[in-house]
Amino acid sequence: MTIDPRHRLDRYVDQYAARAAGMVASEIRALFAVADRPEVVSLAGGMPYITALPLDAVGEIAGQLVAGRGSVALQYASAQGDPGLREGICEVMSLEGIRAHPDEVVVTVGSQQALDLMTRIFIDPGDVVLAESPSYVGALGTFASYQATVVHIPMDDEGIIPEALTDTIARVTAAGQRIKFLYSVPTFQNPAAVTLPAGRRAQVLDICRRHDLLLIEDNPYGLLGFDAEPQRALRADSTDGVVYLGSFSKTFAPGLRVGWALAPHGIRDKLVLAAESAVLCHSSLAQLMVREYLTSQPWQQQVKLFCELYAERRDAMLGALEASMPDGSRWTRPGGGFYVWLKLPDGLDSKAMLPRAISGRVAYVPGTGFYADGSGGQYMRLSYCYPEPARIKEGVRRLAGVIEAETELRATFGSLPADGPA
Amino acid sequence: MIGDTATVDRAAELGHVLILAGGLSPEREVSLRSGDRIRDALSEAGVDAGAADADATLIPLLTSDPPTAVFPAIHGKGGEDGAIREVLGLLEVPYVGATAQACRLAFDKPVAKAVVAAAGLATPASVTLPKETFHDLGATAVLERIVAELGLPLFVKPARGGSALGAGLVAVADDLPAAMISCFAYGDTALVERFVSGTEVAVSVIDLGDGPKALPPVEIVPSGSWFDYAARYTAGRTEYYTPARLTGPAARAVAEAAVTAHTALGLRDLSRSDLIVTPAGEVFFLEANVAPGMTDTSTLPMALEAAGLDFGGLCRDLLLRAAHRGS
Repeated sequence: MTIDPRHRLDRYVDQYAARAAGMVASEIRALFAVADRPEVVSLAGGMPYITALPLDAVGEIAGQLVAGRGSVALQYASAQGDPGLREGICEVMSLEGIRAHPDEVVVTVGSQQALDLMTRIFIDPGDVVLAESPSYVGALGTFASYQATVVHIPMDDEGIIPEALTDTIARVTAAGQRIKFLYSVPTFQNPAAVTLPAGRRAQVLDICRRHDLLLIEDNPYGLLGFDAEPQRALRADSTDGVVYLGSFSKTFAPGLRVGWALAPHGIRDKLVLAAESAVLCHSSLAQLMVREYLTSQPWQQQVKLFCELYAERRDAMLGALEASMPDGSRWTRPGGGFYVWLKLPDGLDSKAMLPRAISGRVAYVPGTGFYADGSGGQYMRLSYCYPEPARIKEGVRRLAGVIEAETELRATFGSLPADGPA
Repeated sequence: MIGDTATVDRAAELGHVLILAGGLSPEREVSLRSGDRIRDALSEAGVDAGAADADATLIPLLTSDPPTAVFPAIHGKGGEDGAIREVLGLLEVPYVGATAQACRLAFDKPVAKAVVAAAGLATPASVTLPKETFHDLGATAVLERIVAELGLPLFVKPARGGSALGAGLVAVADDLPAAMISCFAYGDTALVERFVSGTEVAVSVIDLGDGPKALPPVEIVPSGSWFDYAARYTAGRTEYYTPARLTGPAARAVAEAAVTAHTALGLRDLSRSDLIVTPAGEVFFLEANVAPGMTDTSTLPMALEAAGLDFGGLCRDLLLRAAHRGS
């Protein structure tokens, strides 16, 4: 049926690119609008606890930059990013064993833009991206917007299963599809909270090398480990096979939107050109604030403080889950980062249950967002980084009540397995 | 017209007004968009309009700096169920729209259906059941009986709620349990209606003191099988025809039906009724809204435009009417 655009509220509706087809209003977004209210205990968003920052000192940095160096801080700048900041970024990455030159670094608007630029310069519609199962929802959104085909790689409690990676590469290649890169969050993964151990890192790098497969290592949580020294980054052992994405959003402040990509020179050049076409250049003020923060503030002590704070909240969440989750549910026990990945008892669906949760004044992220095909309804991501421990406990208590009510409802309508939740 | 002397006088007479938007229902986002649009329109009409959410800051705000009148634009539970209007009444703050008591009638869809049916309007055959009934009597037996009685397809929706949240069209009986589960995620009572096929229209009713009058009907043609959340709030997903492509008698019938529903439910100032016109010309009442959506994809602003009425001017006049009426 031909539809007359004059009777639609958007006269350009038939002119959008195919990649905009999925950009529609959704009930889930509507529910998250309520999750931001203080009446709701939100275990959904991965918001760093900014209140713990030395905000007065940060304010002084901003004021001094504008008053004293405003002609630079408020001016256009290089698309590759401030040279002094890139030096500081190299020092940050050295904590994870990376030896890099500032010239290899491209500053981006959060690491999300680095991911967007990488996808833009590598992906043609239909190209395959390999990603962990589950994978970061923001990455999946970016891949979808460039019409990539995402193929998930199974994980266990230690991240990507190397044999599964090999098998998947063989299967996809045999099907005549073109794999452009493997996207991984190897440390305190979002959402599954697992970490790839050293042995597997070597295996994954070896597999990628043998198949000439580029690896994107997205590592926003690498310095937020609670129990041990930072994991050695994959990029530390592969200078030309890995593009490393980093961010100050978790270790400093997401509102500044400063991240980066560390890439081999050929890719670096394209990233700079792509960044120029996307934003001309990044915020000079934000970059200089981060640079000044790195040089004038005890930022590593601040990260340590964050880790202590997040560890206490993780413990609060794990304790509350242990006390109140029903049989048949299980969850990860993260050694760092922001999240717990919870599997519901058989037969429950976290996406379908979300309205009930919001009515019960608790929010989480349904697992379906972390799978390109929308599966994963039996999982949910719980975030412990932002609420105080007492709120976390209350949120988990509410969640347990929601799960109990949902279980009863599903039992009523016969949509649970015959023997009920395991 | 802005700058017109009478317009300026009316805005000045009104003084400071407050729009309530937000709330804690799943329709919060829609409500915030409605509230923004009302405030912008009032500002263009020269009215000093502020906005507030329904939270712990509201009562201190209303008591420390009482507005001349309030425009409630909170949708769904808490907004349209009469709760917030009861509080406004307690605080003796005048407000636009139906009283708390009338809201309670209209917001409960099965109750509203019964009221308008008593006033002579047709409404789809339906069954209303709380989730406990399915638990106590056995869902399979109850659902089988519903299908036997009402046939297929069916339309399942929460008895209290809006924006099609938790609602679903069921074409085959096997899909009914899943639709019930989705529905009960939004509320404890479900309304299961026989699906009536026809032209879907939304008819807004305005009463500025000279009696309720229907605005031009808006015909809704969603691109999918029904008017779901995405179809409602994604511009371009739905075709709207204003006025609806109805015959003269059908157009008069839907206008009369909307005014009848408005009157029978005891509503005032403004309302919107959602109706279906069958190919035979029969009009079925589906539900009434006491705080109709005012977003850029909502039908009331479309109807106003088709009628040649100014949105900001209407909001201002409704607030004036509320202020004169008092609490």
